[in-house]
Amino acid sequence: MDVSISGVRAASYYALLRYRRVWRGTVVISVANPALFLTGLGFGLGKLVDHRHSHYLAGASYIAFLAPGLLAAAMMQTAYIESAGPVHNAARSGGAYRVATATPVTPAEVFLAQLSFVAFRVATSATAFALVAWAFRAVPIAGVLPLILAATLTGLAFGAPIAAWAVTMEHPATINAGFRFVIMPMYMFCGTFFAVSQLPGWLQAIVRVTPLYHGVTLCRAASTGHAGPLATIAHLGYLAALVGIGALAGTRSFRRVLTA
Amino acid sequence: MPEPTLLPGPPPHDRHAAPLGALTSTGDGAVRARGLTKAYPAGKGGTPFVAVDGIDFDVRPAEAFGFLGPNGAGKSSTMRMIGCVTPPTDGTMHVLGMDAVRDGRRIRARIGSVPQDDLLDQELTVRENLLIYGRYFGMTKAAISRRTGELLDFARLADRADAPVRALSGGMRRRLTIARALINSPDLVLLDEPTTGLDPQARHLLWERLYELKRNGVTLILTTHYMDEAERLCDRLAVMDHGRVVTAGSPRALIDTHVTREVLELFVDPAAGERVADAAEAIAQRVEVLPDRVLCYVDDGERALARAHERGLGAHGALVRCATLEDVFLALTGRSLVE
Repeated sequence: MDVSISGVRAASYYALLRYRRVWRGTVVISVANPALFLTGLGFGLGKLVDHRHSHYLAGASYIAFLAPGLLAAAMMQTAYIESAGPVHNAARSGGAYRVATATPVTPAEVFLAQLSFVAFRVATSATAFALVAWAFRAVPIAGVLPLILAATLTGLAFGAPIAAWAVTMEHPATINAGFRFVIMPMYMFCGTFFAVSQLPGWLQAIVRVTPLYHGVTLCRAASTGHAGPLATIAHLGYLAALVGIGALAGTRSFRRVLTA
Repeated sequence: MPEPTLLPGPPPHDRHAAPLGALTSTGDGAVRARGLTKAYPAGKGGTPFVAVDGIDFDVRPAEAFGFLGPNGAGKSSTMRMIGCVTPPTDGTMHVLGMDAVRDGRRIRARIGSVPQDDLLDQELTVRENLLIYGRYFGMTKAAISRRTGELLDFARLADRADAPVRALSGGMRRRLTIARALINSPDLVLLDEPTTGLDPQARHLLWERLYELKRNGVTLILTTHYMDEAERLCDRLAVMDHGRVVTAGSPRALIDTHVTREVLELFVDPAAGERVADAAEAIAQRVEVLPDRVLCYVDDGERALARAHERGLGAHGALVRCATLEDVFLALTGRSLVE
């Protein structure tokens, strides 16, 4: 694989220069979104849930249950937004990737730069979210750093395969379809808002193979510190494998498309 | 005010240690292609497509070499292979003395590329576009900044350095694209239809800049649909059609080889075209009928015109002109529209 650190750095520089123009807006969104969700769902809906003492929450408050799940789901969405449309546009005949690959930068370096940028975006958004959740007392201070790491891994587990796929996409309409029919169902059913064990058995089996389920469960475990080592290793391994497979597929699909 | 000149740029990498003259040490010139082929696999329900079909050509250092051909002739695929952006399916190619497949990254480090559709970031400023591009070549910010000043003078864009690209005219964007391609002080510049869509003033200014590059020893390879541009800029040309090189040589040699020295144009009523053409066979080496005129390819236009008058060919007007590259192009690739 033809990859050099300087090539990845050069390609990342472009994404960061562009981001410099919009970073203030993203910071506002990164803070305002969790604040609104945790206020509305955590305190509003949470009051109703907590009143019923649901055994599915295992003694935790609803806001403490919701915050890590919401963070994992938000990182999935951030990864999708940063990886699907931008990659598709940049790979088209008039796109930015075509400029980069006419220089010493290789397609694999372009892909790794894209992945690095997604890691940066996911990590900074996760940090803002986790700090807001801590301010709402939804996450203990000891859980903030593990939560950020788990959420960043979750975002990358989506970002790598999505970028690998998006570069091959022929029609931009596919991006909306992917969001509607893949991302949103995961958002609704993978344990973000309620325990997966509440679902019918057959649906639980489907949910447990999705990456968001593993991301949500890992984030929840990181936040509360209550997790078996084997389960944690399984979730980490699943998500890390997805990053690895996505990275491998991405280096190949970027090369195939950008050198065609 | 003195004309801005493009000073030789500082070497961004040690790759520039080898001077242009050293290229000849390989015996390959700037580009050497043998049996160069590019085939694309069949799409869904389609058939495989051979864009470039086993072509041979050589480009010498510091010459301007042009690829002419109708749409779909294989010019852009050839340019992409020279630029080491896409690998050949078959055949061999050496660029700047290096193997295009094995040494793609090193070759691209010494090439400047001017794509057909600019590929500038509209949201960024002129200066930022150059900064991004310089970073792709591993240049430091200080080196890019120095080079940017020279290039903006060269492209006559110094007063627009901090303007967003979206605010530039088409001609300015094209000049910026050329300036961007020179950020790494390339030995070889690839220009894909460099003046398409520009007004005459902008074209002439671009030609001036390209002449200057050539004078400074930069090898230029370009594609164009403008025959006047090809005649003005190119030392040698290759005419491509259906993925093959139909003919190659200097503009003058191509005209001498493929068409007569002069062309007599007889203006006729559309209904009389075929009749006039039949009669003109006797005075011309080749005759071609267009909707409003008959073209007679001849060595002596005035003499042919006199003979046309003697024979009463029935034209209501006539023009004698020198044969051009456009005559060669149309003779070799035909007049039917290819899209």
